[in-house]
Amino acid sequence: MNTTVDTAEPVVPSPETGSEPRNYLNAAYGLRSWLLTRDHKRIAILYLISVTAFFALGSFFALLIRLELLTPEGDLVSPDTYNRLFTMHGIVMVFFFLIPGIPAVLGNFLVPLMIGAKDLAFPRINLASWYIYCLGGLFTLWSIVHGGVDTGWTFYTPFSTHYSNTYVISAALGIFITGFSSIFTGLNFIVTIHRMRAPGMTWFRLPLFIWSHYATSLIIVLGTPVIAITILLVAAEKLLHLGIFDPALGGDPVLFQHLFWFYSHPAVYIMILPSMGVISELVAAFARKPVFGYKVVAFASIGIAVLGFLVWGHHMFVAGESVYVATVFSVLSMLVAIPSAVKVFNWTFTLYQGSISLQTPMLYALGFIGLFTLGGLTGVMLATLGLDVHVHDTYFIVAHFHYIMVGGTIMGYLGGLHYWWPKISGKLYPAFLSRLSALLVFVGFNLTFFPQFILGYLGMPRRYWSYPPEFQVLNVLSTAGASILGVGYLLPLCYFIWSMRYGKNSGDNPWGAVGLEWDTSSPPPTENFLTTPVVTHGPYEYNPKEVHDRTSQPEARVG
Amino acid sequence: MASTTIDTHAPGAAHHPALQHHFDNMEQQKESATLGMWLFLVTEIMFFGGLFTAYVVYRHAFPGVFAAASHHLDVTLGGINTAVLICSSLTMALAIWSAQINRRKLIVFFLLATIALGSVFLGIKTVEYRDKFHHHLVPGTSFAPDDPHLQGVAGQQSQIFFALYFIMTGLHALHMIIGIGVLAVLAVLSWKGRYDAHYHNPLECSGLYWHFVDIVWIFLFPLLYLIGAHAR
Amino acid sequence: MRSQLPLFPDSASTLSPHVDALFLAWSVVSAFFTLLIAVLILYFMVRYRRRGADDVGEVERPMLWLEIAWTAIPLGIVMAMFVWGTLVFFQLYRPPADAVEYYSVGKQWMWKFQHPDGHREINALHIPAGRAIRLKLTAEDVIHSFYVPAFRLKQDALPGRYTQVWFKATKPGIYHLFCAEYCGAEHSRMIGWIVVMEPRDYEAWLAGGPAGKTMVASGAELFEQLACQTCHRAAPNRPARGPRLEGLYGTQVKLANGGTVTADDDYIRESILNPTAKITAGWDPIMPTFQGQVSEEQLLQLLSYIKSLHADNGGSEAAGGQTAKKTP
Repeated sequence: MNTTVDTAEPVVPSPETGSEPRNYLNAAYGLRSWLLTRDHKRIAILYLISVTAFFALGSFFALLIRLELLTPEGDLVSPDTYNRLFTMHGIVMVFFFLIPGIPAVLGNFLVPLMIGAKDLAFPRINLASWYIYCLGGLFTLWSIVHGGVDTGWTFYTPFSTHYSNTYVISAALGIFITGFSSIFTGLNFIVTIHRMRAPGMTWFRLPLFIWSHYATSLIIVLGTPVIAITILLVAAEKLLHLGIFDPALGGDPVLFQHLFWFYSHPAVYIMILPSMGVISELVAAFARKPVFGYKVVAFASIGIAVLGFLVWGHHMFVAGESVYVATVFSVLSMLVAIPSAVKVFNWTFTLYQGSISLQTPMLYALGFIGLFTLGGLTGVMLATLGLDVHVHDTYFIVAHFHYIMVGGTIMGYLGGLHYWWPKISGKLYPAFLSRLSALLVFVGFNLTFFPQFILGYLGMPRRYWSYPPEFQVLNVLSTAGASILGVGYLLPLCYFIWSMRYGKNSGDNPWGAVGLEWDTSSPPPTENFLTTPVVTHGPYEYNPKEVHDRTSQPEARVG
Repeated sequence: MASTTIDTHAPGAAHHPALQHHFDNMEQQKESATLGMWLFLVTEIMFFGGLFTAYVVYRHAFPGVFAAASHHLDVTLGGINTAVLICSSLTMALAIWSAQINRRKLIVFFLLATIALGSVFLGIKTVEYRDKFHHHLVPGTSFAPDDPHLQGVAGQQSQIFFALYFIMTGLHALHMIIGIGVLAVLAVLSWKGRYDAHYHNPLECSGLYWHFVDIVWIFLFPLLYLIGAHAR
Repeated sequence: MRSQLPLFPDSASTLSPHVDALFLAWSVVSAFFTLLIAVLILYFMVRYRRRGADDVGEVERPMLWLEIAWTAIPLGIVMAMFVWGTLVFFQLYRPPADAVEYYSVGKQWMWKFQHPDGHREINALHIPAGRAIRLKLTAEDVIHSFYVPAFRLKQDALPGRYTQVWFKATKPGIYHLFCAEYCGAEHSRMIGWIVVMEPRDYEAWLAGGPAGKTMVASGAELFEQLACQTCHRAAPNRPARGPRLEGLYGTQVKLANGGTVTADDDYIRESILNPTAKITAGWDPIMPTFQGQVSEEQLLQLLSYIKSLHADNGGSEAAGGQTAKKTP
């Protein structure tokens, strides 16, 4: 059944017949209508399912890691298995959850809606990107089924090319293939944002979610091809016994590190920028006022994208790069922190004189701001040369990036899901449970990762299967936190699914929020808008009368 | 309401048969497709860029070995290939011109000419690869150059040159094969009268891709084939 | 005895207090800003909570001065920390002139050490307190990293190259040594101990163990075994066929292709393993490669010996004859 646009009038819901208005979910039924869809909203749902599956897999690996680390000796799994566990945890989480995550799910769903377009510029490429993601996932799963890879997600040579006996080639190919999925998404977003904005939607009337996805897409398009060729060279070296990164043949293992981190550092901005975009939307919606310093925040996103390409060497301060090179990368790494700091201040100040409602999405947003602040500050600590030498490759680093990835990206992802869930599904989820989950996530997260800062400064190296006994208490605390965090993640999975069948109808705009996506029904029709919107003012313009008219749940005591 | 609306489905709005429904008009579709192709070419630049980076690093590390290894590449064949590719870019441009002047059969002719020239390129590359294989210059376990300058450690290092040679020209050839496939499809569609003076953007976008693949070769040829060539 | 819940590592080198000061300063700054944001959020959350269903926020005027302030202040702080951190870092890379050179080879999955006097150790390194020690590192297979938390330092050991780290231990004691670059199955067991002793105790320990040959002596022996002197030293009946090594280390070498290179550790190692890579001007490329004939430790011994050859004392073997050069 195809989902082409037609000019028929939407079915008006009538209490007698009880028929549902036509929307993208009920426009067509059946597996083919989903697997061959060109509708960006359905593709977003396809991604939601696959991304969640990979997140569950990566979390399972994390669970085993943390269980092993309850005791100083290795007693749960062999060291070899442990090495595969942390490698696959990293590969699955980075390439199959964090990088696609928000752009492929929330971005795909919302970018056309927020700019007033009917779809992305290239709907078929959008669908292709999901299939490519799945294909890359299959290669990686094939690796996992055959015992996984033990090189670390960073594939450092010559270990990965000449010493590892695991399925490096198939995992590398999986990542290579999935890179194209990412590139197609980024390319689609850039063209869409440039060419398909509704009449009157000037650049400075765009929601900040769009700005941050635009910046993210720039990074994707410029950076991903470099990891593609690098990982291809690793696979080629292993397969064909070449010597590009092999010191015995005159190759340079540090060249691999440069090529790898040239992408993988900007990659972390691919992971955080979309989440920052979500936070801007949440703060504006739940304080019911524009984000303070809109233009500054918009330009800060672009600034992070640009500066993010200039700092990769800070992963290699002790790897043998010269002191002068290290100095340059250190100062640039300090600079890249400034736009992020500025954003944090702008979000916080947005709350001043706001009308603040602590519904679940806002809880995630506020949690993000706190955790990202700490995570980001530990980042500048790492940019400080004298300090990094001591804590590099220890749990301090692990704690730092989990504060950003989990305390940052995942909080934004969950906050966004909770905010736009009514838009996506037309349903509401239980308010108490969702707030409880947010609390569990926040507490569990801090208990898991704060002790790791201490462990790192004490000197516990990362990727260690066994450790000296004096590190045990902190490891036990960390594992306890991880259990709580896990429960916090399981609950939304349950109640989101529950809400699809049993949740109350949300109406078009349960939050009384401002934005083109809220000007259409929840869920939206396939073509997004029955008539093309014309934009006459900036984003986030709240006034009381309009809020009253917009809000479909008058008490606004939802979620 | 703070925003007003426009109804784009007003009766009488004529649709070009190639207009996709999420676009408002052909102009928007054309601009989007063109921007998309340019962005894709940017990703290709970054992709090959990684290889060029490795090349620069290693050529700087052992210039003598690179020069000695480069002598094993056939400058004549490489030169012919360069001329062939440049001609194929000309025929590609002429195909687009043919569309602009509404000459359907000419479009097909020039597309086929481009495909033919591309195939000549690939044929010559096959000859070169076979020659390398014959002379045991394929890096890996069977690498055994006959050249006194490439023995021992120098030989091991020259494997890096040959690895880069095969990977760079191999990926380039892969891009050409894909390009030929695309042009074949376009040739069929052109024969069916799909493109005319008002609509031939797919030809232009494919032309951009084809010119890009040509330009990559313009860099590969001197860097791989002509190291120290003046001294031979 | 270590406590059950240590929260801060031992401090056992001259570098440690500097790194700890940096860390403390950053911790204070981080705590301040995190608490500031947290307090502000909590305050705003309560003070501006939503009063009614249609309540909206009040838009304030843009305040450029505020944007500038909260850009400039963090910028100033990070720049100050950058300078401070870089100064500490440079200390790590500038060993004092009187530092004694020790050697370490990392391999899967052990650390091999050689004292200058020839003592060898595996996974443990005894050193005297109060003496500056320069550790030359290399790896035999994959990348490893030499990490001593109590000294607050770490340096990757790379295959095919030398890297270096220096330290001066302050407090006698036994401190963890970890490998800090993932290197395969037994990475977490590639650990050991740095045993810092009072100088007197260290001398006693050295004397107590089996007397080995010093690095220099081992290197001299190898030099002869491998017949290096047949080319690199002139004999009465035979001119030298290779560049003179006495006084070579640290000087600028003119190459046949017109360039110059510094005769450092990596240069000497490469010249032994891959002699035709850099041909010295005025000499034929006839030196054979010794790749596969010498281990990393033996290379370090040869290096040690060659470094000890000063320009004026090369006379023990050679008869001081004229070295005739061959022109290309």
